[in-house]
Amino acid sequence: MEALNTVSSMATMATQIRRDVLRMVHAVSSGHPGGSLGCVDYFTALHFHFMKHNAANFNMSGNGEDVFFLSNGHISPVYYSTLARSGYFPVPELATFRKLNTRLQGHPATHEHLPGIRVATGSLGQGLSVAAGLALQKKIDHDDHTVWVVTGDGELQEGQIWEAVMFAAHRKLDNMIVAVDFNQKQIDGSTGDVMGLTEWTSKFLAFGWEVLEMDGNNWDSIMKVVPEAQSKLGGGKPIVIIMKTEMGQGVDFMMGTHAWHGKAPNDEQLERALAQLPVTEHGDY
Amino acid sequence: MKSYEILGQKDTRSGFGAGLHEAGKLDSNVVALCADLTGSLMMDAFKDEFPERFIQAGIAEANMISASAGLATGGKIPFAGTFANFATGRVYDQIRQSVAYSHKNVKICASHAGLTLGEDGATHQILEDIGLMKMLPGMVVINPCDYNQTKAATMAIAKYDGPCYLRFGRPKWPVFIPEDMPFEIGKALMLNEGKDVTIFATGHMVWKAIEAGHALAEKGIDAEVINIHTIKPLDRDAILASAKKTGCVVSAEEHQMNGGLGDSIAQLLGRELPTPMEYVAVNDSFGESGTPDQLLEKYGLTTAAIVAAAERAIARKA
Repeated sequence: MEALNTVSSMATMATQIRRDVLRMVHAVSSGHPGGSLGCVDYFTALHFHFMKHNAANFNMSGNGEDVFFLSNGHISPVYYSTLARSGYFPVPELATFRKLNTRLQGHPATHEHLPGIRVATGSLGQGLSVAAGLALQKKIDHDDHTVWVVTGDGELQEGQIWEAVMFAAHRKLDNMIVAVDFNQKQIDGSTGDVMGLTEWTSKFLAFGWEVLEMDGNNWDSIMKVVPEAQSKLGGGKPIVIIMKTEMGQGVDFMMGTHAWHGKAPNDEQLERALAQLPVTEHGDY
Repeated sequence: MKSYEILGQKDTRSGFGAGLHEAGKLDSNVVALCADLTGSLMMDAFKDEFPERFIQAGIAEANMISASAGLATGGKIPFAGTFANFATGRVYDQIRQSVAYSHKNVKICASHAGLTLGEDGATHQILEDIGLMKMLPGMVVINPCDYNQTKAATMAIAKYDGPCYLRFGRPKWPVFIPEDMPFEIGKALMLNEGKDVTIFATGHMVWKAIEAGHALAEKGIDAEVINIHTIKPLDRDAILASAKKTGCVVSAEEHQMNGGLGDSIAQLLGRELPTPMEYVAVNDSFGESGTPDQLLEKYGLTTAAIVAAAERAIARKA
């Protein structure tokens, strides 16, 4: 994989990944496009620019490289597209998403040995703990690489998340950068209506974390805040980025609503959506 | 009936602690996690010698299990220990997704299993854990019978690459397995060859099965006694060979009848070799406070219960 070092090249890749996400969920009339679209820019920035990882030779242990965990596994479309486009597995395999005998299960899994996946996620709240365990292993083994994690904001309603938050601070896991996808939407509506969590920054600060805020759909913000987060690595505290995103980002009729959390577009809707995301030099799968 | 010398009275949890300590000496990748029960699980020897490899997880078992999966991903061999109830039922989904489905090399180490936990009562006396764990694809389930076997089993699972559930208990119990006997995962241990009835026992009930063998011998009944320390994978060949020879079987375990060792044996025999079978197990009930002996008596997990079950099984032979 060649790293992308300009915002314009990353933006182009992000557009292609958004097309992949839409086409993947459309093809099987299922999956989670909303949160996927919101997180595309951050996934692209991490996998094509910030992370030090060896996509071509996937190593389950992640020893000697950066490791990424997706805790809210339902946004698997963006994960799979990013992994394929960054070289973990062939891009055409995206066409098998959610189909019988696929390695691209509805929610990410190691069971079918898809390169890039290190643990199954989907049942929420567990991925952050797994990531903390691996971050601790890197500490024990003096492996000076970063563990990157994405969690959902609704996912923070799971009690286990706060067990992990406590654990990571107690063990001084300052080699972790966790982004909370703060799109303020979940299946049943806005996070505030379903189960309001307030004072996010204060909560993480009170647990002993470094807290940064970022607009996850703004390249200037991403390119400023992620290096700032990296500058805090090794500072004795785990790091969280409250990453504001728009569910459905990039497709006008999917934005501003939770309706597309777990719903696929029909033929006409796909056409309207793709018209807003012109095909790129990378090409459709 | 072969006689076994009692080598001492020790708790199986101490066998775990000793085995963990040895495993830690043999492999620097062994790490241990505990949810605020280090003393109860006898993990202090490991903790004292390898403080950098001991991880206090606090009263947060869900995180402990999933973090163990992360440690295993990076190449560690995590032994995650707590009481059996908190090591299984409380964290079933964490074990299912992060450990079993993801096939992580995590050792779930569960102490104070069953009624012999005693006075703490039914909140802590899990009798469903073997069933919960054996249903998970790829999970190895082991319930050793004494201190020495528990120690050997602990060292054996450190060398096995994959998820394991190791169940042990609180009370001091007769030690009779030779200290140097290696532990073979999935291999039934013949304790007495007999011809009239087979007693398949696991965990603390193995010693009671030996006692029952002697009691049956006095009645002129020649019982075969087999220690099934590994409930999964089940030693099919040993069970089928013995059932074929004796023609009737008894299972004995400190667990619910539903989902336990007897369940696994019955499923095997039902498919391969229908055989009269009797169960010594807790019958669809929770436990309660009391001394271990009082509880075993009240819930029918006794030497006399095994003898009676053997006689019933023999009476059902065609």
